[in-house]
Amino acid sequence: MSLRCEPWARTDKREDKENLFSPEIRAEIDKWVAKYPAEWKQSAVMAALRIVQDDNGGYLTQELMDKVADYLDMPPIAVYEVATFYSMYELEKVGKHKICVCTNVSCMICGSENIVEHLEKRLGIKLGETTEDGKFTLKEVECLGACGGAPMFQIGKQYYENLTPELVDSILDSLEQDNGE
Amino acid sequence: MANEVCLRTLHLDRPWLLSSYESEGGYEALRKILTEKISQETIIETVKTSGLRGRGGAGFPTGLKWSFINRSAPGEKYIVCNSDEGEPGTFKDRDILRYNPHALIEGMIIAGYAIGGTAGYNYIRGEFWEPYERFEAALQEARDAGLLGENILGSGFSFDIHAHLGGGAYVCGEETALLESIEGKKGQPRFKPPFPAMFGLYGRPTIINNTESLASIPDIIRRGGEWFRDLGVENSGGSKLFSISGNINNPGVFEIPMGTPFSELLEMAGGMKDGYKLKAVIPGGSSAPVIPGEQMMELTMDYDSIASAGSMLGSGAVIVIDDRQCMVKLLDRISYFYYEESCGQCTPCREGTGWMHRVIHRIENGQGRPEDMDLLDDVTQRIMGRTICALGDAAAMPVAAFIKHYREEFQYHIDHKKCMVGGR
Repeated sequence: MSLRCEPWARTDKREDKENLFSPEIRAEIDKWVAKYPAEWKQSAVMAALRIVQDDNGGYLTQELMDKVADYLDMPPIAVYEVATFYSMYELEKVGKHKICVCTNVSCMICGSENIVEHLEKRLGIKLGETTEDGKFTLKEVECLGACGGAPMFQIGKQYYENLTPELVDSILDSLEQDNGE
Repeated sequence: MANEVCLRTLHLDRPWLLSSYESEGGYEALRKILTEKISQETIIETVKTSGLRGRGGAGFPTGLKWSFINRSAPGEKYIVCNSDEGEPGTFKDRDILRYNPHALIEGMIIAGYAIGGTAGYNYIRGEFWEPYERFEAALQEARDAGLLGENILGSGFSFDIHAHLGGGAYVCGEETALLESIEGKKGQPRFKPPFPAMFGLYGRPTIINNTESLASIPDIIRRGGEWFRDLGVENSGGSKLFSISGNINNPGVFEIPMGTPFSELLEMAGGMKDGYKLKAVIPGGSSAPVIPGEQMMELTMDYDSIASAGSMLGSGAVIVIDDRQCMVKLLDRISYFYYEESCGQCTPCREGTGWMHRVIHRIENGQGRPEDMDLLDDVTQRIMGRTICALGDAAAMPVAAFIKHYREEFQYHIDHKKCMVGGR
């Protein structure tokens, strides 16, 4: 058996890559591209998807995925595969604040059900839904590796641990007051 | 005798800084190797002597793994660190990245030197943003100090390390899925052989080790393989980080010698909370077979002792279950996890995890059928050993163990359409 390990091939490479993203976004993606061997630009696809998702209010569109494919010389289907495989990419619009609540075993033992119930009641939505004003999305996630602080959730890049209904309220209060970017 | 290796900077003010690490003997091992030109064979032999076994869960001897690589093969050879910590109950590598990232960096450089490596990648799970930033900052500190990059400390040896961020997929903790993921693909495990030591990242010889394994290396070199080995017990050298969680007073990460009695660990973690009694323990992450509490109180925290009870030490993630908990409900959640995280590549796992979850879920919800227990036995048997990677086994093992030890709770759910515990 002969073994092969080659990057995806793209015959119709785009030449005008500077037209795909803003200079800031390109600089950020290029920082990741530089980490990998020159012929393996596609190794930066996960980072690129995250960067454009963050820039787009937290979710991806097909147009954005196609642009990432063009930028990294990948077939679009290869980018869709990645975007649909990993749970942190969103393919539909999400709220400004995505609350990722862990309900896995350690959090469950420590009362994550009460936290979910409290969040659902306060926000008036169920897991997997977004509030009408577009401020909050509630998402059930698998273990986030912070079981010592169970129950916990993640909002944006931040972990919040040892949650109680009171703590949840104060976190959400401060996010609601924060109207700026 | 706690926090002697990976967490040895923890008592300091800002433990993650280079200056903190150096004040605790940090980078002494690397300096010694480079100035005394210690041979690759000597380093690998020292790691073998230490008895260090893979801390990610599989427990494979680290030194032996390193010896599999053809060090004189031309071209790139990689060290990949697995910081894709995702086994439910495990949260130790996060603390290494946050509080002592330099131990990992030094360990990766030494590993790179020992296998003739050219570069290293640290695969950090995507949700770990704070640990990722700490790690990047530490890399920069190391580069600025001439400890990382071109011509390290003027020795002629060059090695650089890059961080890679995941995107949320438990299966990427499987080493070949992790490699696929770095290559910009879906994280689906590869067939083995060929093993990564022959054909790994980008098709090049690659060694993949867990964060804690690599962070243990500097002290093994600095203080000797025997020193590390003698911290622990036979077959389980060294100390180990245990992540202990559940309904206890002081959950957290404890770095203690292998062979420490579980009862002592539970005491360090503050004991049971609110007067509830110990019912059961999952000793090594959610895929490790559950052990009844009474039996667990007699065991010690090392590979052989936990194996003697039919379970495994795994990643050292100890989930403490109190007597309020319904075992059917817990297994319902655990089985959902594996169903959700199966990559879909192998039929027994893709279909079997769904079957197991649906059957357990209906038992939990009072819709169990008389034949369901046999059905579960059958499905677990048909998954075990029939998949490319260990996720299939990881999904089936907890089901088999929960039923083995708590069959009467499942049967009660089926017969009475309600729970034995707490009158639900």
